[in-house]
Amino acid sequence: MHEQSIVESLVSIALENAQKANANKILKIYLVVGELSGVLDDAVNFYFGFLTRDTIAAGACISFDHVKAQFRCRNCNTIFLPEEHNFQCPNCKGQQIEIVSGRELYIDRMEVE
Amino acid sequence: MSVKVLTIKEDILGANEQNAKANRELLDKHRILMINVMSSPGAGKTSLIIQTINRFKAKTRIAVIEGDIASTIDADKVSKLGIPAIQINTAGACHLDANMIKKALDNLVLEQLDLIVVENVGNLICTAEFALGAHNKVMLLSVPEGDDKPHKYPLMFTESDVVLVNKIDVLPYFDFNVNAFSSAVAGLNPSARIFNVSAKTGEGLEAWFSWLESQLAAKRGGQS
Repeated sequence: MHEQSIVESLVSIALENAQKANANKILKIYLVVGELSGVLDDAVNFYFGFLTRDTIAAGACISFDHVKAQFRCRNCNTIFLPEEHNFQCPNCKGQQIEIVSGRELYIDRMEVE
Repeated sequence: MSVKVLTIKEDILGANEQNAKANRELLDKHRILMINVMSSPGAGKTSLIIQTINRFKAKTRIAVIEGDIASTIDADKVSKLGIPAIQINTAGACHLDANMIKKALDNLVLEQLDLIVVENVGNLICTAEFALGAHNKVMLLSVPEGDDKPHKYPLMFTESDVVLVNKIDVLPYFDFNVNAFSSAVAGLNPSARIFNVSAKTGEGLEAWFSWLESQLAAKRGGQS
């Protein structure tokens, strides 16, 4: 059910921006989704269809831009993918790490008419 | 009609962040400390909260906001201790959000409170994503869940100010490596405080109580 509240916010941001631009219809929404946000495309599409009925976003498609989770080693600044290195810096083997990407969840742009 | 591209760059959780900020301002106005307690289902949030209430209620005015998908079991337990308890039933949603907390705050007499403990829905994933306006995020991880969780749920461990390793009394029966767990948490979140406790036996709870007392003292002193 995580996605329901996410999609409610997404729809409200999209409709608000479309209204400001005097658009009659939303055609496509470009959504940026980080791997760590735990948001699944299928679930978003499901709720989006349901929550946009009778709105100008009905029938719009969502383009998902997935951002990989990336970590930075606090010791030597190496950037690495956690899935490949099991949370250990591949350079210095340190475990002092911080998340640099993968938390994204925003609408980048949308196409309207 | 021609197709136009609108640049949006707007965070989906932005509205929730704004609501959380408003909650925080309201709490600060009343010098109330609010903590957001998170864990998997069954890790011992309610037991910890009951121990904490019993320790603090003589000198601290406490209220509890309980988040559950359904039922009032937890709020009923807390009410028996003579503490105001608001039950939020999320009707299926797996986390509390700032707007739900706002409604709960509207139902509490803020002038008569020092501490609000929010018991979030049992979930290690999206509870970490939704800010409530709490001053501190406190998470419990119980020994039977295993020491590998920081790497499975990195966001939760990155976001938490305090990590309580609960059910430490059953440690001999599980392959839970306390040192490996602590260094994985410290790796993700160097400033997190880690306390090994048992909400059942009371073991280790003094360190948690002292930490909470210091946060309350800072609030009373007017610092946020």
